[in-house]
Amino acid sequence: MIRVKNLSKSFNNKTIIKNISCQFERGKTSLIIGQTGSGKTVFLKCLLGLHDYEKGEILFDGVNFKTISEYEKMKLKSSIGTVFQGSALFDSMTIEENVMFPLKMFNNLPFDEMLDRVNFVLKRVELENSNKKMPSEASGGMQKRVAIARAIVNKPNYLFCDEPNSGLDPKTAIIIDNLIKEITEELNITTIINSHDMNSVMEIGEKIIFLKNGKLKWNGSNKEIFSTENKDVLDFVYSSNLYKKVRKTYLNQ
Amino acid sequence: MKFLYNIGLYFLMLKRMLRKPTKWRVMKELILKDTNDTVINSLGIISFVSFFIGGVITIQLALSTTGSFYPDYLVGYATRETIILEFAPTIISIIMAGKVGSFITSSIGSMRVTEQIDALEVMGINSINYLVFPKIIALMLYPFLISISMFLGILGGMAACVYGGYSTMSAFIDGIQTDFIPFHMTYAFIKTFIFAFILATVPSFHGYYMKGGALEVGKASTKSFIWTCVTIIIFNFLITQMLLG
Ligand SMILES: Nc1ncnc2c1ncn2[C@@H]1O[C@H](COP(=O)(O)OP(=O)(O)OP(=O)(O)O)[C@@H](O)[C@H]1O
Ligand SMILES: [Mg+2]
Repeated sequence: MIRVKNLSKSFNNKTIIKNISCQFERGKTSLIIGQTGSGKTVFLKCLLGLHDYEKGEILFDGVNFKTISEYEKMKLKSSIGTVFQGSALFDSMTIEENVMFPLKMFNNLPFDEMLDRVNFVLKRVELENSNKKMPSEASGGMQKRVAIARAIVNKPNYLFCDEPNSGLDPKTAIIIDNLIKEITEELNITTIINSHDMNSVMEIGEKIIFLKNGKLKWNGSNKEIFSTENKDVLDFVYSSNLYKKVRKTYLNQ
Repeated sequence: MKFLYNIGLYFLMLKRMLRKPTKWRVMKELILKDTNDTVINSLGIISFVSFFIGGVITIQLALSTTGSFYPDYLVGYATRETIILEFAPTIISIIMAGKVGSFITSSIGSMRVTEQIDALEVMGINSINYLVFPKIIALMLYPFLISISMFLGILGGMAACVYGGYSTMSAFIDGIQTDFIPFHMTYAFIKTFIFAFILATVPSFHGYYMKGGALEVGKASTKSFIWTCVTIIIFNFLITQMLLG
């Protein structure tokens, strides 16, 4: 479980994250939604320790990054899997080497065992037989899946995904969403996903946090999001006619 | 102000590089790869440049020292001094600042832009150690490159001198052996080691701390080239003043 208390973060005196408190539970997929520029990536990077924040507290199962030793920090970090907005694959390595990278860094397993594990997760994301390809030879959807494979190969306790399905077709997007949800349940990990894709919200949003201009405006589940009367949520989620209709039908049921 | 801040940041980078070293098993591969990218891949261009510039230096020396007033061996002697003291260590380093320096800046910079450095950091890896340290170790082979440059430069000079008919082979070789001061070699290699360190760290610094997108990677490479050259030239002056002056 990850607990965030009164988090604030600013760049050059401009406050981007404004006093956010929330918590993310183990075994559940939590979604952070909000318009572009609302601070989702900055929020996630604060959680990951990539941005230093001036106020607040972030606890990973009770542990605060800021108060532990370098060694403990490294151990905690190695239990975090991350999928970046742009995949962030190492472009000088093959897909296989990319996925093997965390294993090589944090284990002393013999090569064959690492390879077995790599092949297992690659199969899990439906990417058998692409081991020797370079990331530049893979399509956007494949890159995202490699990034997911790399994030889960070391059996993390926490999984962070920044827009794992942006720029993908709806079908692949759903496949990736469900993949993340299944993995979350399978490994019983705390998963946080940044998204502005309404399909994902409806499909896998067991817990949803809505940000607007860096403020937490609403939180709830994908069932509650249909019935909420929160003006900001309605404005963002139901901006398209299609979703307005979907909401109406749902409420009339 | 910004300048002082950057100098401070540069030394902080070096300090952070030594914290939390990367596993040897991984580091070994990185060193081999960087040796190949920086040193081995520069062999061709360095050999080519050294041989022909060596030739040109000799021809120009020969042309300006004609007449019975000058001894025969002078051309060989002057060629040797020019190449060992200045051309091989300094001018080749400036060429390397263009070739290896911009390679290092753009490869680290594009990793910054595409969040690969963030990916390393969140995994709990010391990204500076992972990226910069192997380049420093790889470039410790740089003196080897400079020895080749010295050898080929003098060889090029000899070829130009003999085949151009400016002097005889034996006079040239005589010249190379005249008044040889071993300390000049020491001086040249001390310079080379310091330049190697600059070549590895200054471009890394510009790549690592760059901000922005693909366009800025290009700008960072240009800036890194300028600063690497400036640093090399300043250190060249200081070392020469200290060791020979
Ligand atoms: N390193 C930074 N320095 C200064 N400002 C930043 C930095 N990173 C982000 N910002 C600012 O913070 C705000 C929020 O950006 P952020 O990337 O978190 O948006 P986002 O919600 O992830 O958007 P998107 O959905 O487009 O990814 C933006 O106004 C951005 O300009
Ligand atoms: Mg974002």
